[in-house]
Amino acid sequence: MDATLTDEDLAFREEIRAVFRDEFPQDIRRKRENGVPMEREDLVRFQQWLHERGWAAPNWPVEYGGTGWTPVQKYIFAIEMAEANAPPIVPFGLSMVGPVVYTFGNEEQKQRFLPDILASRVWWCQGYSEPGAGSDLASLKARADLAGDHYVVNGTKTWTTLGQHADWIFILARTSTDVARRQEGISFLLVDMKTPGVTVNPIITIEGDHEVNEVHFEDVRVPVENLVGEEGKGWTYGKVLLQHERANIAAVAISKYRLRKLREQTTKPVRGAAPLSEDRNFMRKLAALETDLRALEYTELRTLAAVQSGKAPGPESSILKVKGTEVQQAIDTLYLEAAGYYALPYVQDQYTLDADPVEWVGEGAETQTSLKYFNYRKASIYGGSNEIQKNIIAKHVLGL
Amino acid sequence: MDFSFNEIQAMLDDSVEKFIANDYDFETRQINAASEKGFGPDVWQTFAELGWTSVPFSEEDGGFGGGPADLMVLMLRFGKGLVVEPYLANIVLAGGVLRRAASAEQKERWLQPIIAGELQAALAYAEPHSRYDIADIRTTASADGDNWVLSGSKGVVFNGGHADLLIVPARTAGAQNDADGITLFAVPADSDGLGARSYPTVDGQQAAEIRFDKVAVDSSSVIGEAGKGFAALDATIDDATLAVCAEAVGIMQVMTDKTIEYSKNRMQFGVPIGSFQALQHRMVDMFTDCEQSYSLLLWATMLAARDDADAKRAISSIKYQVGTVGRKVGQEAVQIHGGMGVSWEVDIAHYFKRLTTIDQIFGNADWHLDRLAG
Repeated sequence: MDATLTDEDLAFREEIRAVFRDEFPQDIRRKRENGVPMEREDLVRFQQWLHERGWAAPNWPVEYGGTGWTPVQKYIFAIEMAEANAPPIVPFGLSMVGPVVYTFGNEEQKQRFLPDILASRVWWCQGYSEPGAGSDLASLKARADLAGDHYVVNGTKTWTTLGQHADWIFILARTSTDVARRQEGISFLLVDMKTPGVTVNPIITIEGDHEVNEVHFEDVRVPVENLVGEEGKGWTYGKVLLQHERANIAAVAISKYRLRKLREQTTKPVRGAAPLSEDRNFMRKLAALETDLRALEYTELRTLAAVQSGKAPGPESSILKVKGTEVQQAIDTLYLEAAGYYALPYVQDQYTLDADPVEWVGEGAETQTSLKYFNYRKASIYGGSNEIQKNIIAKHVLGL
Repeated sequence: MDFSFNEIQAMLDDSVEKFIANDYDFETRQINAASEKGFGPDVWQTFAELGWTSVPFSEEDGGFGGGPADLMVLMLRFGKGLVVEPYLANIVLAGGVLRRAASAEQKERWLQPIIAGELQAALAYAEPHSRYDIADIRTTASADGDNWVLSGSKGVVFNGGHADLLIVPARTAGAQNDADGITLFAVPADSDGLGARSYPTVDGQQAAEIRFDKVAVDSSSVIGEAGKGFAALDATIDDATLAVCAEAVGIMQVMTDKTIEYSKNRMQFGVPIGSFQALQHRMVDMFTDCEQSYSLLLWATMLAARDDADAKRAISSIKYQVGTVGRKVGQEAVQIHGGMGVSWEVDIAHYFKRLTTIDQIFGNADWHLDRLAG
């Protein structure tokens, strides 16, 4: 039993840490430190910065541009990226459609799509959920009817995150209704958002931001060469995609960073108030949550160790999404409590790069704590709600 | 034993219910919240015309002569209707200090116009550093001949940016956290040296940061006895705490009802999601939490009329209750609504935000549990 890093891993960590410290774009760092929201351009520039260093896709095979890192190195990288307070990777291209294309796509598709994904030249979004198909995704109604050399797509996708920025969308659409199981007859299609008939309507989320969208398809002509893999097998590919999501799904690295920052904050007199470290109740909650996170970290490390030694991850890996989102939401709750009255002001416009923090309402980005708390209630809903995750664990892990 | 409303309470309850059903739907609420002042001035006039702004004030003061139970009836309904109009700020907070401590002349000058809906007021009780300790006051007022000069800052003052009159507790003697040495001042918002930064709050209401840079007021602005303002302030904050608990219970009841309704209509896997046992048990828990909270609210409201140490403990009990189970009920309601629960256009998201902010004000669940534990 040993959880120490090898000398090689320690050297790797030093190398990554130094690059984030010395070369990370300063303006993006300043924005992150001051709670200034990331714009499309910031996210693209950061991902291109990663790409310049060959780090854009640690999970991809080397032949398509992956890093060739071991699972432990990938974990170290995630930790260092979080410690540098870097923005999260937009997952739709690099973590979702990319792996589907290199796993199930044909040679032409790989050449056509992968380089642009790797270099963040093309922004992707995901078209899975529909107004009537959320947890029950297989009930999706979007249709793709074959008509000669193209499909004609009709339907509505919803909760499409950052779809307003997207150049392309990958969708699951029904190509056949004459099937024994509802999971059959669904195909995985790649659609250029500029195609006539595609419209994107904003959905404003609880905290007031435009983060998700409803995407409508009206007689959208999609060339057959944009079908990935076999017609009718899209469900299988979509499931594989969700497995790729598993890497870092628990967001341990980001949670560790945020809890560490919160503990630092408790020693400081925010707004001239007595430090929160004098509040026994708060410190007990913080300690309890740190314990929960430590357990999650080691659950993830057990998964990593299994993969590292060439074994399949054990049943412990199945709890990562549920537990990871619970921990993230609990962290948001503690930040909210720490802010007290200053969770109330709704002053999004004060977080700009050239603002003078002296004029701010509240100290630091504490007025954003409630917005994060509200927004992040989505984490136990998206990517297969935690109820669905528990159904899967009950059935496939516990055999119930 | 009878826990039903009396005739007058039933009438009040009925009049607010009708108003909300007929004139205050969710869209209207959203329009009012997004308007410049964060509420509808015409709606506020209606509140005054219907007599709601007079509820907690004695008949002698030109009020309705209501007690905690009457206020509870109103606040339950305001919670259910997700009302953003500054009833708490004007009537319960600013009005509460005035009715307790102001002279007859001061009441004539300020309380009458508040009851009439003509004057907007706010109680600037919290300071940026003070968290939940209302005696922790750094804002000072020093005597200067017949005048007093105020300096300092107040934070998250509900309705503070649009108030004509601010009621300001300031330290005139004693150490920073002493209950003694706090004096209450009535300060016109347009006083020289007073700066207000107004902003919306995440629950659809408005508040302000207020700075006092040598703001001079004359002795007629002192409410009650100099240095002895804490008692009225403390009792008023207790009133307001109980009032937001009633609001929270109203919100919890609506969120639970709407969630049950949604689960009956939302079809997945060919059946309503409400048919799943995993969700049924959670909704039963929500229902239980609502019933328990309503029971505790009734108990606390009855004790509150006594205005003593037991009343204070009862108020802490219900605030702790709505802080803890309110969070749970709110989170469950959002979760069972799925993506709809985190959508701006769906009312459940806004109920959730107000329920969340109620735990952040007047002491959160931990703070009140500490007060109970002694």
